Amino acid sequence: MSNSIDLSKSLNIHLRVIKALVMREILTRYGRHNIGFLWLFIEPMLLTLGVTVFWHYTFQNHEHGQNISITAFAVTGYSGVQLWRTTAGRCINSLLPNLSLLYHRNVGVLEIYFARIILELAGATSAFVLMIVIFIGLEIMPPPEDLFKLMLGWILLGWFGAALGLNLGPATEINELFDRIWHPISYLLFPLSGAMFLVDWLPSKVQSLALWMPMISANELIRSGYFGDVIDTHYDIVWLISCNMFLTITGMFLCGYVGQRVEHE
Amino acid sequence: MMSLERVSKYYPTRGGRRVILNDINFCVNKGERVGILGRNGCGKSTLLRVISGAEEPSSGVVQREMAISWPLAFGGAFQSSLTGLDNLRFICRIYNINFDEKIEFVEQFTELGVYLKEPIRRYSSGMRARLSFALSLVVDFDCYLIDEIIAVGDSRFTERCQYELFEKRSHCSYIIVSHDVRAVEQYCSRAAVLKSGVLTDFNDISKAYDFYLNEV
Repeated sequence: MSNSIDLSKSLNIHLRVIKALVMREILTRYGRHNIGFLWLFIEPMLLTLGVTVFWHYTFQNHEHGQNISITAFAVTGYSGVQLWRTTAGRCINSLLPNLSLLYHRNVGVLEIYFARIILELAGATSAFVLMIVIFIGLEIMPPPEDLFKLMLGWILLGWFGAALGLNLGPATEINELFDRIWHPISYLLFPLSGAMFLVDWLPSKVQSLALWMPMISANELIRSGYFGDVIDTHYDIVWLISCNMFLTITGMFLCGYVGQRVEHE
Repeated sequence: MMSLERVSKYYPTRGGRRVILNDINFCVNKGERVGILGRNGCGKSTLLRVISGAEEPSSGVVQREMAISWPLAFGGAFQSSLTGLDNLRFICRIYNINFDEKIEFVEQFTELGVYLKEPIRRYSSGMRARLSFALSLVVDFDCYLIDEIIAVGDSRFTERCQYELFEKRSHCSYIIVSHDVRAVEQYCSRAAVLKSGVLTDFNDISKAYDFYLNEV
């Protein structure tokens, strides 16, 4: 009994600290000037909008995708990239600017990463939802077919980004080499993340290989949810969840390792 | 009560592992005022950070059976890009305190006026010390860790600290770290000397001075 009280008390503290860090992060990043925290989702939206316009004109002569909305294809693809890539990237070098906050015993490395992750997930998700609503309203793209599947894919992709961030953040603290190689890797992963294609369009030999990439499964799920039976999708939810779990566990371990070795000025 | 049991702390450096705290045993009871004397760079601030829990010891155990403050120092604990009030808001959020009730106290104690709405990076070190104390007094701690900073205030600030800390909160414990014998003499009832990573505890404060001064 007393154990469960202790647990809920410490959970409360964690949540309180994470909330305080999120509010602080919004203030330091966006300030109180002009539109402030609205940048949180306007920034990812502008990027996705730009890509959508490009794809709208370049994909028209594409042999595939004659039966689906190019706008919806771009929005579902690029928003996903925004979701996992920026969330993971935001954890890089996030300890140094927050070092002074670690003076408070309840503020730990994990809380600092969580605050950044939550903010990034919230931004990408609001941008995604807003774009879907606006484009449906303007009748540029049809409404999603299967909301549950769409959300499942989105949540699993967000989890993947968060878990990747929990590894990437501490790794860059241990060795800055990881910061250097993350940038080329994140660009190379973009075409391999399933944002620009459906697995079904790939040669059948490559299809099974493609499913080794966890982001591809999540993207296919999102597309399957959005377009329904009009397209054939391929995904491996068990593999995706396994990858997420594995990354979460190693990430927590790395956060603990780095937390033990934080050095103040 | 707060106790350190066989606490050591090392930092990796280019020249190999550097021992900052070496197998320290130390105990502070409720209501005690303890001074820790040590030269610049001997590890006093590291010791306070380990006591507060801001840093983990490399080995050994820290037991905290009372609410211990963060180290009140020049740096640390604040986000210098945020204003004084925003920092108060953050502290209130993480320690679960009503922000509105505390503004007046902070305004009065710090006398910072319009500067409370300016980023902390524009503050002088005296102003930072005032804010630092005010924010830690907002939280009800049983034990305050004070890293040098009483020394920077003017006489008015020293008087206020004297009143708020040592008179109004006379039931609290204090650990005051300083290289200055006078500060320890003024505020503490017991003293210890930190040298080469080893903490030597003295019940008699004058013996601590002798040890400290003769070690030069």
